[in-house]
Order: sequence, then structure tokens, then C-alpha cells
Amino acid sequence: MALAFDEFGRPFIILKEQEQKTRLRGLDAHKANISAGKAVARILKTSLGPKGMDKMLSSPDGDVTITNDGATILEQMDVDNQIAKLMVDLSRSQDYEIGDGTTGVVVMAGSFLEQAERLLEHGIHPIRIAEGFEMASRIAVEHLERIAQKFEFGPANLEPLIQTCMTTLSSKIVNRCKRDLAEIAVKAVLAVADLERKDVNLDLIKVEGKVGGKLEDTELIYGIIVDKDMSHPQMPKRIEDAKIAILTCPFEPPKPKTKHKVDIDSVEKFQTLRLQEQKYFDDMVQKCKDVGASLVICQWGFDDEANHLLMHRNLPAVRWVGGVELELIAIATGGRIVPRFQELTPEKLGKAGLVREKSFGTTKDRMLYIEHCANSRAVTIFIRGGNKMIIEETKRSIHDALCVARNLIRNNSIVYGGGSAEISCSVAVEAAADRYPGVEQYAIRAFADALDSIPMALAENSGLQPIETLSAVKSQQIKENNPFYGIDCNDVGTNDMCEQNVFETLIGKQQQILLATQVVKMILKIDDVISPSEY
Amino acid sequence: MAVEKIFKDEASEEKGERARMASFVGAMAIADLVKTTLGPKGMDKILQSTGRGRAVTVTNDGATILKSLHIDNPAAKVLVDISKVQDDEVGDGTTSVVVLAGELLREAEKLVASKIHPMTIISGFRMAAECARNALLQKVVDNGADSEKFKSDLMKIARTTLSSKILSQDKEHFAKLAVDAVMRLKGSTNLESIQIIKKPGGSLKDSFLDEGFILDKKIGIGQPKRIENAKILVANTAMDTDKVKIYGARVRVDSMSRVAEIEGAEKEKMREKVQKIIAHGINCFVNRQLIYNFPEELFADAGILAIEHADFDGIERLALVTGGEIASTFDNPESVKLGHCKLIEEIMIGEDKLIHFSGVEMGQACTIVLRGASHHVLDEAERSLHDALCVLSQTVNDSRVLLGGGWPEMVMAKEVDELARKTPGKKSHAIEAFSRALLAIPTIIADNAGLDSAELIAQLRAEHHKEGCTAGIDVLSGSVGDMAELGISEAFKVKQAVLLSATEAAEMILRVDEIITCAPRRREDRM
Repeated sequence: MALAFDEFGRPFIILKEQEQKTRLRGLDAHKANISAGKAVARILKTSLGPKGMDKMLSSPDGDVTITNDGATILEQMDVDNQIAKLMVDLSRSQDYEIGDGTTGVVVMAGSFLEQAERLLEHGIHPIRIAEGFEMASRIAVEHLERIAQKFEFGPANLEPLIQTCMTTLSSKIVNRCKRDLAEIAVKAVLAVADLERKDVNLDLIKVEGKVGGKLEDTELIYGIIVDKDMSHPQMPKRIEDAKIAILTCPFEPPKPKTKHKVDIDSVEKFQTLRLQEQKYFDDMVQKCKDVGASLVICQWGFDDEANHLLMHRNLPAVRWVGGVELELIAIATGGRIVPRFQELTPEKLGKAGLVREKSFGTTKDRMLYIEHCANSRAVTIFIRGGNKMIIEETKRSIHDALCVARNLIRNNSIVYGGGSAEISCSVAVEAAADRYPGVEQYAIRAFADALDSIPMALAENSGLQPIETLSAVKSQQIKENNPFYGIDCNDVGTNDMCEQNVFETLIGKQQQILLATQVVKMILKIDDVISPSEY
Repeated sequence: MAVEKIFKDEASEEKGERARMASFVGAMAIADLVKTTLGPKGMDKILQSTGRGRAVTVTNDGATILKSLHIDNPAAKVLVDISKVQDDEVGDGTTSVVVLAGELLREAEKLVASKIHPMTIISGFRMAAECARNALLQKVVDNGADSEKFKSDLMKIARTTLSSKILSQDKEHFAKLAVDAVMRLKGSTNLESIQIIKKPGGSLKDSFLDEGFILDKKIGIGQPKRIENAKILVANTAMDTDKVKIYGARVRVDSMSRVAEIEGAEKEKMREKVQKIIAHGINCFVNRQLIYNFPEELFADAGILAIEHADFDGIERLALVTGGEIASTFDNPESVKLGHCKLIEEIMIGEDKLIHFSGVEMGQACTIVLRGASHHVLDEAERSLHDALCVLSQTVNDSRVLLGGGWPEMVMAKEVDELARKTPGKKSHAIEAFSRALLAIPTIIADNAGLDSAELIAQLRAEHHKEGCTAGIDVLSGSVGDMAELGISEAFKVKQAVLLSATEAAEMILRVDEIITCAPRRREDRM
């Protein structure tokens, strides 16, 4: 640690407990940061593309996750380095914003850093590099806009949507039945989409998984599944034309919020209190019955007595249903959530065509299906699979596919996948570089090189010769002036992604480039790292 | 500049070949561990728990063995997981699924060593699994329509399942027990209504199926020990002090006499409750919760048999069996459905007194009483019987049946082999490997029985090149035998689940090229 001295030779103390901290400055700091960022990108690089490999992550508690999803890998990776944490954040923000392309964004940022390192060695100032990258990213995003295509889809023509979702799913372990899952995802999104406002509320899609069966048994249910069963084992397991009372108050005597005490000091009081209690239970059940409910769904538990009364009056009930599920049920059945028994009215009841309990396998797992709802705007995707890890991974994959479908409904522009968009951008950026007079020119050119790394990684993961394949595709693009040539990962025999039906969303791709550039800029601006040294 | 450390201190990372090796080795170690338990001549394992008492379990059940292991290798955990799922879903084949997945990975390892990309192997495995499944589908026998034949199918399946367990000596007896019990369920897969009671003493042969219901409880003192034409009220209610449940209520008195008064009122309340219960016109009262001495005495006075503290399952089953409802309030005696049975009596099994309900209305439920020399034997017998019951109840729903004794594996291997010959490209190596992995299962069965596996498998393969062959390994005589004649059958559903989950698991492990282990969570040091 360098120390500053005043004219009397006494050291200035600038940082608190200066001796205990390590400090990296200048080029060293840049290099250290870049190498950390690259290390993270290198981990994800092999997961890119349809032939990408998975990572096995073992959590602190020993649980195993196997995944291909960049955001999940980084989230669970137990990263300590600050720059690596930035990369983790980068992937997470892509996940929140777009939902897909979480691996690609990190790999892209990694290759930007790699190029930046080379420029730094040439002695170019980091800020100039950052500015050059910024300009280049603008060029790339504009170019993407130019090569993007709009496609039309409607309820009758879902094919383009399904194809796009399939592109997303093909890199996951579920690609065996990607067609089925893509259809499910598209149908689910369309069921809840507001096509006029071009918005999709993904909260209305519930993804529920249960171990057992096989992936092909995964189904889309126009309704809600609740992982609960009837409160009394002898209640009917199947209710048709159910009128559902959705309650958030317990079937128990009221508990006033203010502190209170009821003192019992005589036999009479004891008796009246007892009678009151009995009447209270009776009233509650009677109220539900009076408004015509044929099923009670309650957020809280019931007392044994209330439970039996319900059973006795032939009023099936479900208890301990979670808040989110309760809301979904309310949306699906068109009912209102009722916080007090007094406020129950017939209009507030939800309606469902069929409520049934279904049991699975040899254990006594039961689930409640609420189907044919009044308002089919809430749907459930019910995943089955061989083991817990497959189900978790399928959930993540379905989430990606749902996000992609949503993005397409928001903005129906697409670019072609298989690295074709990156190659095309790289060509465009390269051509534009020469027009910039300053030092930035180098940075822009480096940016173009960095964009090539994505198709290169794709080719490498697919077992092709990376450099050879890339140069062939690139020359083909320039020669035929067709931005749709990409890497033929699946060995289909054509490089034309248009023919292979490999699409990605425009906003997803744009976001990737913008986010990656932003993070790289941020990392480049750091020239001093002060951290507590280990002791 | 050296690469900065990006992980936390104790986190570790394994990449590429090393990661793959680590997962292969882990998975195969698990497969080898349970391998010797496969087949009718498979051996058992002793498991000793690390908990207090060092409880010992002797078992042959793959799922039980794997469940009790403490495993650190993540790939091994995947296998443990599939075996658990197999147990939950179909109940049997828990060992086979792990062994098959292990064999698939063993073959995959060789392919990876000869520079075939894991993704190519996976796509080959998928094609092979699909083809194998279709091969089985073509060969299934469905006797669901013919109840006579179906019952004999069930018997065969039960015998086959039981023959690899501790019950194999008395498999005929237990197969009959299991089939009878499952047939009573009439298609429901709810095994809850089959109750298994274990009582040490006697021999396994003394186990029996009881048509009625046996509750492992004692009859209260001074109450009738035998009731004919019983009317039963099944209840879940507090019979100690019936508390006032309105929140915040408390007793506040200023003199001793008041306390006595309130106590009297409480007692009165209890008495009223008992009166109400008696007013239902019952002669047997079964409660889930405790019954205190005072109400018990009242019941005894009224000549009512009161049974306390029957656990929740017991109550549910009893309600199901007798057709009554579980009551918690007693104000409208006319509309509460009471349970009925012809006779309640106290019986003795070994040294224990149990309550036996016979002549019940609903024939669905039944009780199997297991007898045996020791707790270990009984535990293992229960697990074996549970496996058999699971398989049978699944078969009742999906009545497709296959032959056993390595026959399905041979059929699949043959088809898959054929597919390999037709498929161009590197995939065909993977498909061929799949067929070899399938053959490993009959090989292991033969090995475990101490037979000359190489010779037997070669013979079997030759046999299977004839159309409509029904040959499999006859472990008892140690030769190739006709499975149809020997009556060795397996449920299609089990085989299918084994095939699909094993392939899925193998695929999952193959796809991994990096293992990242987080630092183990620190436990607070106990002082």
C-alpha cells in the first residue's frame, strides 16, 4: 500500500485501518477485474446453444440443481468476487426484463472484456474504449432494427409463436418434447394475454410441478390446481357447477385486534359464553350455506367442530390455501375474496364448472383441480417428470418460453437465431468503424470482433470447427447480402435460419447488447479496488 | 495475471472431463452398491443408522437402501432421487431403475472415452428408449377384460415381485394375501384402506388377511368386551375439558367456592356432551382424541364401548370401513350417519389385545396382520408387501402385463439392436450401447444367482431371434426357461417407468460438464 507523507515525514492516513486493506490501482485493477469477469463468462460459455451442456450445482445444504439457465447457474454459484457479482446481476436483470438470453448476455459481456483488455495493453484509455463500445452498441442495435422482421400471428395462426418458443426450449434438457411444451406455453400466454393492450400478466399463469409420470404428461389446465385436499376426508371429491365462497377469515371465533379479556366469574357467564361459541360456529356455516355456496375455500384453518358442521351440512371445504393461490382462484372463478362472514353475498361467489380431487401414484398425494371457470383468464401449467431436478429445470424452461411468448405479444419483431444476428451486427459495426476518426475506431472494431464470439461459442459447443465455420458463414452473409445465415447447430444441412425456423425476439437481442455494453463500461471505469485483506 | 478467485473460500469447481468423471464414478458406485440385491437370488443389506440407538434395518428394497445413505456426490443424488420417485409412483423396480441408469452411464463413459460428444450419445439414447418402449408396447398382454385370467395375472405378478424379497419362502401365501387385498379395493389406488399390523411372534406363514378391521387399541375398563350389531359413532372431539374457545376468555374468581361452582359447570358441560353422544343411540364410540376418566366412566355406565386415541389414519379408515361419518358436533343426532358392523370383539394376537370389527358394511378396507420372528423381519416383510400391493394396485388400473425373468430386457435389446443397425451416423454407437446396458440387467440377475451369466445370456439371445419367444432366465433351475409356462410376469407400467426414468437420469448426468459445489453451510458450533 502506497503511503503519502507530509513535509515532516508523517504518513497521511486516508483510509480507515489502511494497513489491513489491499488495494489495486490502475492497469492492475483493470486487469484483475477483467479476468474475473472473463472467468464467469467462461463458466457459462459451454451452456450456450442447443448443444450446450448443463451445470450441476450443489447448494450449501447439499441439494443438487442441474440446469442450463444462465441466471440460475449464476444465482446459485456462491460468488465472492465483486466483479463476478456484477456479472451475476447482469444476468439477473436480463432475466427480469426479458426472461431469456441470460447465458448469452454474460458470454457477450465476457468477450467485450476480453477485447477491452487487448486495447488497454495498446495503451488506449479505458474511457475511450468505453465510449467506443457505446457507439458500437448503438450501431448494432440500429442494425438489428433494420434486419428485424415483423410477423403476424393471431389466435388462428400460432405457428410463428410456437416456433420461437421452440428455439428457446431447444437448448434445455426438455428439448425432447419441445414442440408440446412450446404449444403449452403459447396457449397459456394467449389465454391470459390482453391483445389490445399488448400486455401479458404472467402472474396469471401458475406453474405447478409434481414428481412422477413423464414429461409428455405435462398439461395445460384452463383453471387452477391447488396442492390441497378437502378438509374432511369424507367430503365429496367431485363437485359440478361449484359456487365457491373465497374466505380470508378463519372458521373460528373472532379474535379482536385490540387487547381484551373476558372474565368468567360465575357459572352463568360460563354457560352463556359456551352457548355463544356454539352459535357462532353455527352462524358461520349457515351464512355460507345461505348465500348458496357449494364449496368453501379458506385461507385459514377450521376448528374440528366447524369442520364437522360443514361436512354435516354437505358443504365441502378446503383449508390453508395460500394467498397467491386464493387470488388466482378469485380471478379465475370471478369471485370476490371475502374477509368477513357478514359480507358474504351471492354475487361474491366464484363459479367453476368442475372441481375435483385427483390422487397420484402410490403415496397419498392429492391435488384439487378447479376447472371450467367463469373467467378462463387464469391458467395452470402442470408439469410431470421423472425426478425433482427435471421438474425444476422444466419450470425454468417453461418460464423462459412464457417470457419469450410474452415479448412477442408486446413487440412482434423477430431476428433470426443461430448467431446470425450477431454475425450480421458484427459485419455492420465493422463497416461503420472506418467512418469514426478518433481512437474510438479501434474500440468499435474490437466490439465487432467481440460479437463474433457468440456464433463462435455456438459452433464450438456443437462440435464444429469454430473459426472455419464462422468465416464461412460470414463470407456467405456478405456475399449474398442476406443476414439470415447462422450456425447450423443441429446438423440440418442448411445455414439459412429462415429455413430452420430459428427465431429470437428483437427486444431480447437488443437488450442483451445494451446490458452487456453497460456492464462492461462500468467495469472499465473502475481503476481502484480497495478491499479488506484477508486475515 | 493470475485469474482472480471468484468463488467463496470453500466453494469448489470441477470442469469438463473431470466433472464428467466425477459424476460417472459417483453414479456407478451407487448402481454397484444396490446391484447385488437385484433378482430372486439377490442379497440383502444391513443398514445401521447414525442416530441414537443405532437402529438396524435389514432390507432388499433399493429405495430404502438409498434413502438411508448419506451421499456427497451430486450425480449419485440424482440416482437416489429417481429411485425415490419410482417408489412413490409405482412402488416397485426401485433397484432396477438405479442399476439400469448406472449401466447406461457405464456404457456412456466408454463412448465418451472414444471421443463421441455427450449430446450425440443423448440423442442416441433417446431414440433407443423410444424404440424399446414401442417394442414393449407391441408385446404386452392385456387381460383386463377377462377377470379370471386377470386374477391369475395378478397372482403371477405378485409372486414375481415377492420372490426377490424376504417373503419368497411363502410367496404363494403372500401373493394370495396381496391379490385379495387389492381386489377388495375395486380399482382405487388408495392403499390407505389396507391396514398392515405387525405383531412379532409366530412365523411368517401365520400372517393373515382379515376381512374386517382391526384397531390396535384396548377397550376401556368396565365396558363390554363384545358387541353384536354395533352402531358406531366415529368422532374427532375433545373429551378432556371442553375449553371455551372464544379468544381472551379466562376464569377470574374471588373465592374458592366460585372455583368449585365453575368446575361443577364444566363437569356438567361434559356430562351434557356425553349425554348427547349417547342420545345417538350408539353402543360404540371411537374418538381420535383422548377420553378422560370422567367421560369414560359415564360411557361405561351407559354400557357403551368407548375407544380413545385412535390415531388419525385409524379414524379415517374406520369411518371408511363402517360407513359412518367423522363427527365433531353432537346436536342433531338424527342426521349423523352412524357406522355399523356385525360384531366388535377383543381378540388376542400373540400377547396383545386388539379390537376387531367384523361384518362391516363397506368391503373395501381390510387388514393384513403380519407375524414374524423379529421386528427386522416384520419391517422387511411390510416393505415387501407394500411393494407388491403398489404394483398390484397399479396393475388393476393399467392391466397391461409383460413376462418377467429378463424377458422384457431381451425383447427391448433385440429391437434396439436392430435400430442401431439401421441408423446411420455416430448415434448408432450410442444405440448399440443402450442395448448392451439393457442386457446387463438379466446378466446381473444371473450373476446374483450364481449362474454362468455369459452362457445363459448367449442362449437367451439365440432363443429371442425366433418369433414370439417367451424365454427368460429360470433362476431356480439355473437355465433358460419358458416364462409363460413358469408364470413369471411383470407389470408393464413398472417396466416402462424403469426405462423412462433411467434414461432421463442418465441423460441428465451426461449433460453436465461442470460441477460447482457451494461452501457447506456452517453449523453453529455446539458448546
